[in-house]
Amino acid sequence: MTTPAAPLVRAQKVHKSFGQVEVLRGIDLDVYSGDVLCIIGPSGSGKSTFLRCINHLEKIDSGLLMLDGKPIGYRRRGNTLRELKDRDLATFRSQVGMVFQHFNLFPHKTALQNITEGPIRVKGISPTAARAEAEQLLERVGLAKFGAKYPRQLSGGQQQRVAIARALAMHPKLLLFDEPTSALDPELVGEVLEVMRDLARDGMTMIVVTHEIGFAREAASNLIFMDEGIIIEQGDPREVISNPHHERTKAFLSAVL
Amino acid sequence: MTRDTSPITGGSTVADGHTALTEADELADLRVERTPRPGRWIAIAVILVLVAMLGHALVTNARFQWSVVGQYLFNGFIFGGILRTLELTGLAMLIGVLGGIGLAVARLSENPILSYMSRLYIWFFRGTPVLVQVLILFNLSALFPRLSLGIPFGPDFISGSPNTFLQAFTTAVIALGFNEAAYMAEIVRGGLLAVHPGQRDAASAIGMTRLKSMRYIVLPQAMRIIIPSTGNEVIGMLKNTSIVSVIALPELLFSAQIIYSRTYQTIPLLLVASIWYLVMTTVLTLAQTRLERHYGRSDRSTATGVRSWSLLRSVRTSMPNRGATQ
Repeated sequence: MTTPAAPLVRAQKVHKSFGQVEVLRGIDLDVYSGDVLCIIGPSGSGKSTFLRCINHLEKIDSGLLMLDGKPIGYRRRGNTLRELKDRDLATFRSQVGMVFQHFNLFPHKTALQNITEGPIRVKGISPTAARAEAEQLLERVGLAKFGAKYPRQLSGGQQQRVAIARALAMHPKLLLFDEPTSALDPELVGEVLEVMRDLARDGMTMIVVTHEIGFAREAASNLIFMDEGIIIEQGDPREVISNPHHERTKAFLSAVL
Repeated sequence: MTRDTSPITGGSTVADGHTALTEADELADLRVERTPRPGRWIAIAVILVLVAMLGHALVTNARFQWSVVGQYLFNGFIFGGILRTLELTGLAMLIGVLGGIGLAVARLSENPILSYMSRLYIWFFRGTPVLVQVLILFNLSALFPRLSLGIPFGPDFISGSPNTFLQAFTTAVIALGFNEAAYMAEIVRGGLLAVHPGQRDAASAIGMTRLKSMRYIVLPQAMRIIIPSTGNEVIGMLKNTSIVSVIALPELLFSAQIIYSRTYQTIPLLLVASIWYLVMTTVLTLAQTRLERHYGRSDRSTATGVRSWSLLRSVRTSMPNRGATQ
């Protein structure tokens, strides 16, 4: 059982390398239930990798990453961590939703089937019940009439909204967004951000890697600026954006704003 | 109206109002002329002459012995051969597909030994002629006079000479199937690799195990690539079965050979075999075209697959400006 003050996600000295390149060089971070954390930073700063570590799509090399007080992807026995079995890993991932830059909708399934796939195959919910909930979710993301469409028949913005609904269908404790609007045409960005703002307002815990500084300023409860695998600066989004302390933050913000 | 085919002289005489008016008239009547292609018509003429010569030879050369072809075309012995060819194709493809999936999964496995063994298998079976493989398997008793099934280095359950297990038909099925597995492995591997890695990520992210992700997300998408190529392999296999005639297995070709070795009507019987091979491959090709169309339909690009059957249609569509001149 977790006490009310315990963080939902806790990262301590998280390191990760791809071959010779160390992409995460000691990340320390707490995310509490209901937080909306935005992570900004130049490409190659390790923010997407960090996000992928949170649902163990990437393995960390050292440090500790915990969800609800339990190590992510590992089982602790005394002083050793052993990687979870495939089945336990899947069970763990089912409580963390993820939205990808390139949507990654299943192209051979309709929008509705994309949403019901997890509840039916993973949670074992009856197809009828799953479909009913999927329709509600589609309505929530403003796509009530699009359930029968295949991903290729939808615009990028619509696909991303289906992808959000797909993640929500698993009733996750935490939603991860990996640059959700970076692959979208500029005029489609707004509709996706609108859905994300709604989720934030409803109290969903979210970690969002993004280049949308405006969204971060309005919707985030906490903002992190990452560069070269470390957290350079963090705090209240308005404060960080309008009054950055570090040179690198200033340089990055002046380049993107 | 006058039909002026000179190039468009845009705006060179705008100053003169009268000329401008007639220019507008002329523009309305302007047509793009069909590009003359004399080379194409010469080629067609040459081909027609060659086809006529071939047709003439087919009809007038009595040595084709078409009456003998007709006599044996629906012969019961030939039908027996056709049946065996179909059985061989079906069973060898079954081994090939199942073996191919296993080899592909092994090849893509993180276990280096499995991956290496799979590569070794594929290297050997693709690198030696299937004819040689058939002959080696058929002569296995020369290599292993006694084969047994049991616990390694322990007691045997069954044992005997390979010749008792490996009669011609079994040999043929195993040799063709093992060879096919190597080719199918590459096709299956190609299909699995063609599925975007993001699909696996997405499946994992909603909590699917590796097996579920493979079963519900990756394989259905890989199938679009695997199935049409497998159709090709079936057609190839149907023809390849003819090589097991070397181990005296009476499939279609060897059945024809048995008859002509008695009657000396070599060419007519080879024609009978060819006609039946053509009939079978044509049926399979038609089935494959439908299959490709089926799988192409839900595909992203509609331009894939489905070649036009009609030669005439393809000549016509490649003729420029047919519609423009009406």
